[in-house]
Amino acid sequence: MFAGYDTLELIYFAICALVAIGGALGTVTFPNPIRGAMSLLFTILAIAGMYLQLHAPFLAAVQLIVYAGAVVVLFLFVIMLIGPAANPPHDGRGVLARTVGGIAASLFVLQTVLVLSHKVVGRVPIAQEGFGSVDAFGQQLFGDWLVPFEASSFLLMVAIIGAVAVARGKQPDPQAEQSEDDATGPKELGAPSSSLKVQSKSGAHA
Amino acid sequence: MNAIPIPAFLVVAAILFGIGAVGFLVRRNVLVALMSIELMLNAVNVTFVAFNRLHADAHVGQLFAFFNIAVAAAEAAVGLAIVLSFFRLRRTVRSDAGDLLKN
Repeated sequence: MFAGYDTLELIYFAICALVAIGGALGTVTFPNPIRGAMSLLFTILAIAGMYLQLHAPFLAAVQLIVYAGAVVVLFLFVIMLIGPAANPPHDGRGVLARTVGGIAASLFVLQTVLVLSHKVVGRVPIAQEGFGSVDAFGQQLFGDWLVPFEASSFLLMVAIIGAVAVARGKQPDPQAEQSEDDATGPKELGAPSSSLKVQSKSGAHA
Repeated sequence: MNAIPIPAFLVVAAILFGIGAVGFLVRRNVLVALMSIELMLNAVNVTFVAFNRLHADAHVGQLFAFFNIAVAAAEAAVGLAIVLSFFRLRRTVRSDAGDLLKN
């Protein structure tokens, strides 16, 4: 299948593909979510490498900035906030459902790979000069795709507001918190090790 | 010297998507489920970019992947905020602890 291809390009693609698949396997199988996030980082880096090979240097940069720089760091921050409870102990419940789900999804992968490897698309066309560069990409993004671009900024704004509103939770006013201290609410049942708890408590004492 | 054929990228993307799907179905840690969703979104982006390489007269696939990245970032932010809120409620990140609507 790969006869007559540039050796260097082939090696580069093989490294990217192996790192991507290995990182994905690590993300899914590591019990500790921090190791999962680190494996996800490897997958993202390898995918950025594949974008470079597909003549999409701008997307590779965006991938590194947004995924490696923001999303993975956000995951790590949340794992850090949650603390040791982010790695709950394993139990054997639902083994049947998980096995069936795993087998079904594996069959899906197998079928997709079979279909894709049989249908060989012909030669890859030679890309025109500057395909995928920031210049050409930006011309199209701010030309035909200006409205979706602005809509995506609106989406991000809404997502920021929503994330802050959801993660902040209900902020009780000081009087209500005073009366709640006498009658221990159900909130006090949890382990006091979380930094979230400390944050809300220090807010109450201030 | 020919470039790497597009189906090779598509196969890698399919494998990544499948691994993400298996992880989402099998793992019970909410954080790992979110990471699996990110894996699946990334696999779809690779497919978009690969097909765009095949029809290289416009950047439609790359633009779609670009907007996909924006949506994925928003999804990660909101999803992790929900995980934090859920953890505050239940003191765990196991997805089967989210049974408030049961009974």
